[in-house]
Amino acid sequence: MPLVPLLAIGLMLGPVAAGLWGTVLPAFGQMRVIGEFESPLEPFRILFNWAGLPKAVTLSITTGIGATAISLMIVSLLMAGWSGTRQFRLIERMLSPLLSVPHAAAAFGFAFLVAPSGWLSRMISPVLTGWDRPPDVLIVQDPAGLAMMLGLIIKEVPFLLLMSIAALSQSQAQSSITIAQALGYGRVTGWLKTVFPRVYHQIRLPVYVVLAYSMSVVDVALILGPNTPASLSVQIVKWMSDPDLQMRAVAAAGALIQLALVIGALAFWRITEIIAAYLGQRWITAGGRGKCDSIIGVFALFSAFVAALAIILGLLILTIWSFAGFWGFPEALPDQLTFRNWARHGPGAWQAFGETALIASVVSGIALLLSIGCLEAEHRHNVQFTRRTVWLIYLPLLVPQTAFLPGIQSLMLGIGAETGRLPVMIAHLVFVFPYVFLSLSDPYRAWDIRYATVASALGATPNRILFRIRLPMLLRPVLTAVAVGMAVSVGQYLPTLLIGGGRIETLTTEAVALASGADRRAIGVFGLMQTGAALLPFALVLIVPNILWRQRRGLRHG
Amino acid sequence: MDKGLFLRNLEIFTKHDRLISVTHDIAPGEVLTVMGPSGVGKSTLLAGVIGTLSPDFRMVGEIWLDGVNITLLPPRLRKIGIMFQDDLLFPHLSVGQNLAFGLKPGGTRADRAAKVTAALNEVGLEGFEARDPATLSGGQKARVALMRMLLSEPSALLLDEAFSRLDATLRAQVRDLVFQRAKDRNLPVLMVTHDVEDARAACGPIIDLGRQSGSV
Repeated sequence: MPLVPLLAIGLMLGPVAAGLWGTVLPAFGQMRVIGEFESPLEPFRILFNWAGLPKAVTLSITTGIGATAISLMIVSLLMAGWSGTRQFRLIERMLSPLLSVPHAAAAFGFAFLVAPSGWLSRMISPVLTGWDRPPDVLIVQDPAGLAMMLGLIIKEVPFLLLMSIAALSQSQAQSSITIAQALGYGRVTGWLKTVFPRVYHQIRLPVYVVLAYSMSVVDVALILGPNTPASLSVQIVKWMSDPDLQMRAVAAAGALIQLALVIGALAFWRITEIIAAYLGQRWITAGGRGKCDSIIGVFALFSAFVAALAIILGLLILTIWSFAGFWGFPEALPDQLTFRNWARHGPGAWQAFGETALIASVVSGIALLLSIGCLEAEHRHNVQFTRRTVWLIYLPLLVPQTAFLPGIQSLMLGIGAETGRLPVMIAHLVFVFPYVFLSLSDPYRAWDIRYATVASALGATPNRILFRIRLPMLLRPVLTAVAVGMAVSVGQYLPTLLIGGGRIETLTTEAVALASGADRRAIGVFGLMQTGAALLPFALVLIVPNILWRQRRGLRHG
Repeated sequence: MDKGLFLRNLEIFTKHDRLISVTHDIAPGEVLTVMGPSGVGKSTLLAGVIGTLSPDFRMVGEIWLDGVNITLLPPRLRKIGIMFQDDLLFPHLSVGQNLAFGLKPGGTRADRAAKVTAALNEVGLEGFEARDPATLSGGQKARVALMRMLLSEPSALLLDEAFSRLDATLRAQVRDLVFQRAKDRNLPVLMVTHDVEDARAACGPIIDLGRQSGSV
C-alpha cells in the first residue's frame, strides 16, 4: 500500500487508540501521575457513588437518541414530500451556510430566542402575555434536556439533509417516484416505500455519527443542557479540570461509561433498523397507497423551515445583542444601538480569531494534502477503497470525543509533554480529515479520467497531470473541501480545551466559556465572530474560482 | 520494414473469458477500422494499446511501434495520440495553452508561440490563441483537439468514436481533415467506430468484432 494513505490512517487512528489507552489506564487506577488508589476499581466506586450518575446517563441516552431520531424523521419526510420541487431547491441553496454555522453559535442564538427573557417572549410581551418581567420558567437548561435536544436537531437536520441529497443523486429516485405515483401511491408513501431504503443504506454511517455526537456533545450541553446534574460528558470535562488530580481517574472511568453507552446505543439503533426493515417490508407488500401524505408533507416542510429559521433568527439576535445598549425586558428591540460592546470585546475576539484562523488553516491544509495524496494513490495504484475503509474514515467520528480526548491529555501528562498549539492541531486533524476527505472524494473520483488519458498520450507525467490539469479543474471542490475543514476546525471545543490545556484560546473556547455568565453582549460578539470565521472560507469558495476562471466559461459555474 | 503499429497476438481477457484477440500490422498512413456493437470490447482494445487498461482486464501479446516493443511502457512514453468523441480540451486553459501543453518541451518562448500559431493557421483558426475553449463551436473544438495531439509528434493515432458527436456535414469535414493529416505525417491509425460511413471513408482494412466473435 502506498505511503500517504497509511500515514493518513495512522494520523487519524493513532490519537484515538492512544487516547482510549490513556483512558483505560487511569480508570483502573493504573497511572502513577494521577495518584495511587487502594484498589483498581476505586475510580469506578467514586463514580458510582456520585448521586447524579443515573440522571446524567439517562440524559445522554434520551437527548442522543431523541435528537437523532427526530432529525432523521424530519429529513426523510422532507425528502419524501418535496425532493425535486422548487421549494426543495430553495432549501438546498440554504444548506451550506446553515451547515457551517458552528454548533455553539447556533446554540447561543437558540437560547437567546427561546429563553423566558428571550426574543420570542419579548416580541409577544406584554401585548399577548401581559408579562412585564420574564416568566419564572426553566426553558433553557431544563432538567429533561429538551432545549439541548432541540438545539442539536436544528444543526443535525442540515447535516443529514446534505448527506441524503448526495445519496439521492446516486439512486435514480425520480423515476422510482414517478412509477410509484403512476401506481396510485401518494408522494410521501411512494417515496418512503421505494427510495428511502436505498437512501438510508447510504446515510447509515452519517446517522451513526449524529447519534454518537449527540450523546456525548459538550459545548451545546454547556449552553443549553441542564446543570443539576449536567450530562455525563459535561461532568467528565468538569472532573478533568478539577484541581484534585485524582478526579481525573474518575473522569476516565466516566469516559469508559460514556463509550459503553454510545456502543450500546449504536447496537440498539442497529437492532431497531433490523426491526424497522422487517416491518417496512410488510408495510410495502401490504400495498397501502397512503392516506395523509399531503398533511405529512406540509408538516415536514414546516419543521425544516422552523429549524432553519431558528438558526437564522438566532444569528440575528446575536447580532442585535452585540450592538445593544440598554435593553429592558418587554421591549422588542434595544433602546439604542452602540459600538461599545465591540470596542470592549473586539480586541480579545480578534486575538482569538487569529488563533482560530491559524489552527484552522494549517489543519485543513494538511488534511487537504493527505486527502489528495490518498485519492491520487487510489488513482495511480488502483487501490480500491472498500466499505471497510469507509468505516475507518468514519471511526474517529463514531468514538465519542469525551471517551478518548481526556485519555490523550492524561498520557501527555504522564510523559510530561507540553500542551499547546501543535498537539491541538494534531487533535483537530483527527476530526477535520474525515470531513475534508469525504467532501473531496466524490468530485475527485467523478473527474473524467479521459482528460488524464489524453494528457498522458501528450507525454505528460502523472505529477504534471495532477498539478496542471486535475487540481486546477477541481479548484472549486478543492476549495470547498478546505472550507468544510476550516468550519469543522473552527467549531472544535473539546479538543482545543483539553489538548490545549486551557491555554489555547480560540473563538469557540472563549465563546463557550462565556456560557456560565450572563453577558449576552459579549456572547453576541464572540458568537458572531465564530460564525464569521466558519462562513468566511465558504464565501471565498464562491468568489475565488469566479475570479480566477472569469475567462473560462466551462469552469465558472462548477 | 518495421515502421508502423503492430499488434502481435494481442489478447485481452476479463476475469473469466477472452474478450478480444487481434493480430494486425497497421502500416504508416493506413487506417485500421475496428467495428462492432457496444460492449464488444472496442474501447478496451484502445485502452490496452495506449496503456490505460483497467486492472479488471488482463492482456497478453505484444505491441510494437516503429520497431520498439512498447507493450510495457507507461502511456506517456508510448508516443501514441488519442482522440475521443468528446474534444476533452482542458477547460481551464486557453486554446493556445492547450496546444502548448501538447507541444514537446524545449525551444524559446517565441519558437513555441510560433509553432502554436502555425498549428492554428493550418486548420483555419487564425488568432484563436487567447480564446476560451468553451466559446468554440463543435467543429472548432475538434480541430484544436487534433492539432494539440499532432503537436506532441505522436508516431501513431487512435480514434475512439472520435466523430460520433458531430453532425453529418461537420463529421465528414473533420474526418477528412484527420485522415489527411495522419496520411501527411505517415501515421498508422487505429479507429474504433460503429458508423459504416467512417469505415468506408477510412479506405482501409476493417475488423468486425461483433461478427467474428473476437478472433481475427
